Amino acid sequence: MKSSVITFPGSNCDRDMDVALKKFGFKNKMVWHADAELPKSDLVVLPGGFSYGDYLRCGSMASKSKIMQSVINFANSGGMVMGICNGFQILVETGLVPGVLLRNKYLEFICKNVFVKINDKKNKYFKNIDNEVLEFHIAHNEGNYFCTNDQLKEIEDNNQIAINYCDENGKIEDQFNPNGSIKNIAGIFNKEKNVLGMMPHPERMIDTSLSGEDGSLFFKNLINNLK
Amino acid sequence: MKISVIITLKKDVLDPQGKVIHQTLDGMGFEDVNEVRQGKYFEIDTKETDNDRAKAKVEEMCKKLLANLVIENYKIIDPK
Repeated sequence: MKSSVITFPGSNCDRDMDVALKKFGFKNKMVWHADAELPKSDLVVLPGGFSYGDYLRCGSMASKSKIMQSVINFANSGGMVMGICNGFQILVETGLVPGVLLRNKYLEFICKNVFVKINDKKNKYFKNIDNEVLEFHIAHNEGNYFCTNDQLKEIEDNNQIAINYCDENGKIEDQFNPNGSIKNIAGIFNKEKNVLGMMPHPERMIDTSLSGEDGSLFFKNLINNLK
Repeated sequence: MKISVIITLKKDVLDPQGKVIHQTLDGMGFEDVNEVRQGKYFEIDTKETDNDRAKAKVEEMCKKLLANLVIENYKIIDPK
């Protein structure tokens, strides 16, 4: 399986993602934002970080970079595109997934482990995962998911919510919502579910000695689903 | 020609920064403030000399980059 990780000026989780993808069997290539051509890929990842210093709005500049036109075309033809953290912010700015990510409700940069409940398994990202709840890491200032009421209705009607913030037992409540996101949304799909944007970092949970193993579950499952 | 743009958050969108500014003003003794909403202001100096064409171009910039229309409104100030 071939993957590509796009590096924007200010990306800082691109190499972590490279390590994670390779660990679970992907042949990964790093792709520079100013390139026009996307290498042949089964998965494209927009990594976390602070592309363009978060100027104007997080992800807004990166969403207009040269490579993104190829990424958008790839996604529109059914290609798997996953945006993590700043990558999620870039995805919403391209319009590939609906909504926006606002400043966290309590104006704090949040850096901690969270639990997320998988809302939908009829997709290549979460199909066949045994767990209902995963422990991932979040580190963001603008992760407060927001969308219009019309968009929310559409998202819910199409079952586009991927994961919600919850407690370790999968209980989705306000008190487990770290950043004020509507409906505790931590990640969403596009309508076709080939594009996934999420704030949590699975690539930070691939080593028990450093963190945890739930990211390993995610990546192992993902590559099997793509085969 | 210089054209100015003001970007504001839509009414229903939470503005935590505006809220904190409001609280701080309150603490400083400005107790009459009902609400503070924070926005953005741009000055765009363009080579275009025709007023209408320049405004149309800036409107396109607003829609494509300067504003995110899910949460923000834009207002183009007439060039002087």
